[in-house]
Amino acid sequence: MTGLAAIGAGIAVLGAGMGIGKIGSSAMDAMARQPEAASKIQTGMIIAAALIEGVALFGVVVGLLQG
Amino acid sequence: MLNTAIKALVWTVVMLLSAPVFSSSPEEGEPVDVTEMIMHHIKDAHEWHILTYTDDNDGKQHVSIHLPIILIDNGLKVFSSKRLYHEESPIQITNAEGEKDHYYLNSELGYAVYHETIYKLNENGELDFDEAGHVISAKPYDFSITKHVFTLLFSSVLLIFLLKIAVKTYKRDGMHPPKGLARFIEPIVIFVRDDIARTNIGEAKYEKYMPYLLTAFFFIWINNMLGLVPIFPGGANLTGDISFTLSLAAITLLITVFSGNKHYWGHIFATPGVPFWLLPIMIPVEIVGIFAKPFALMVRLFANITAGHIIILSLTGIIFTFGSAAWAGLSIPMSLFLLILKLLVAFLQAFIFTMLSALFIGGAVAEEH
Repeated sequence: MTGLAAIGAGIAVLGAGMGIGKIGSSAMDAMARQPEAASKIQTGMIIAAALIEGVALFGVVVGLLQG
Repeated sequence: MLNTAIKALVWTVVMLLSAPVFSSSPEEGEPVDVTEMIMHHIKDAHEWHILTYTDDNDGKQHVSIHLPIILIDNGLKVFSSKRLYHEESPIQITNAEGEKDHYYLNSELGYAVYHETIYKLNENGELDFDEAGHVISAKPYDFSITKHVFTLLFSSVLLIFLLKIAVKTYKRDGMHPPKGLARFIEPIVIFVRDDIARTNIGEAKYEKYMPYLLTAFFFIWINNMLGLVPIFPGGANLTGDISFTLSLAAITLLITVFSGNKHYWGHIFATPGVPFWLLPIMIPVEIVGIFAKPFALMVRLFANITAGHIIILSLTGIIFTFGSAAWAGLSIPMSLFLLILKLLVAFLQAFIFTMLSALFIGGAVAEEH
């Protein structure tokens, strides 16, 4: 069962990594296009990343409880 | 030139002094249980364990700070945790997973502590276990000053002290460019005001919520930072304690609910633009949404900080798992790197908590557009 929990945590990390990566790349694009709006884009990026990370951490917590 | 020579000499002495520590091979004592060490560290405790060393007679000596235990059980009972942990030898048992385990007790006081939970002893001076190996003894109400409670009080005093110094600067100098500590704190306060409160709550209403946002920000930040200090009085995993983050998230929930205007409640109970036959589905979803937001706040801070502590301790534990000092060459640079990363995370988590709190409050007080 411990192994399964670890695999679950791995999948959660995979999803979060893809999500945060996409946010990062889009934010970089947007900042390159509009450098004057960089600070606003950065704030929005951090909020979105935090929301995704929150969901991923649910996975980690379940993994911790199981493992 | 001379300077470099002195430095080299000092370092050599330091290295030589630390050699006996590293050279102790696992055969000399029982192997270190890294998992248990980590779990022990991230949990709350009734005493503050600092170190254990082996004395000349091969006896284990514990150095710890004995915190007071405060119980309500037919009246108030206050005693030192030393009496519970170190007066009688621990009782060895087999736990629910079939592993060897132990609990501490003091038969004179009539209490035992098993996995940092205090239980009452039965007439025979033992704990009662059910068939599965779980404790079924009665528990007194525990209001002890535990490790986390101590850190909480300590960091509050530290924060008040530091901010008072900054306030004094303004009282003395007026609105001149700040000096000393105020020069460090002022940009952070302005950052919270302009980038967190103003942008998320709005120009008209942000001032009312500034005290909470600033308190939450500084309190989380200082506790995250204290958690990274490896020696007393730092190192407790306070922001990684679910009850701590629960309290903070509950305050955000209460502020959001009580400052909600009619548009906020209107969006929950009569979402505009939704056909009426969908409302039976929409209303429960929206109500769950009220609680899900602070729940996510709670879990995010808890899991981030706890995960950070676990990772740093695991990297330190590599040395003991493999039982060779050579692993320190990998372990120390890695944990140094992660500690620096955690300095950033300490700030970022305080920022995200404050930012999302402001966002939720902003959603509750927003006017119709």
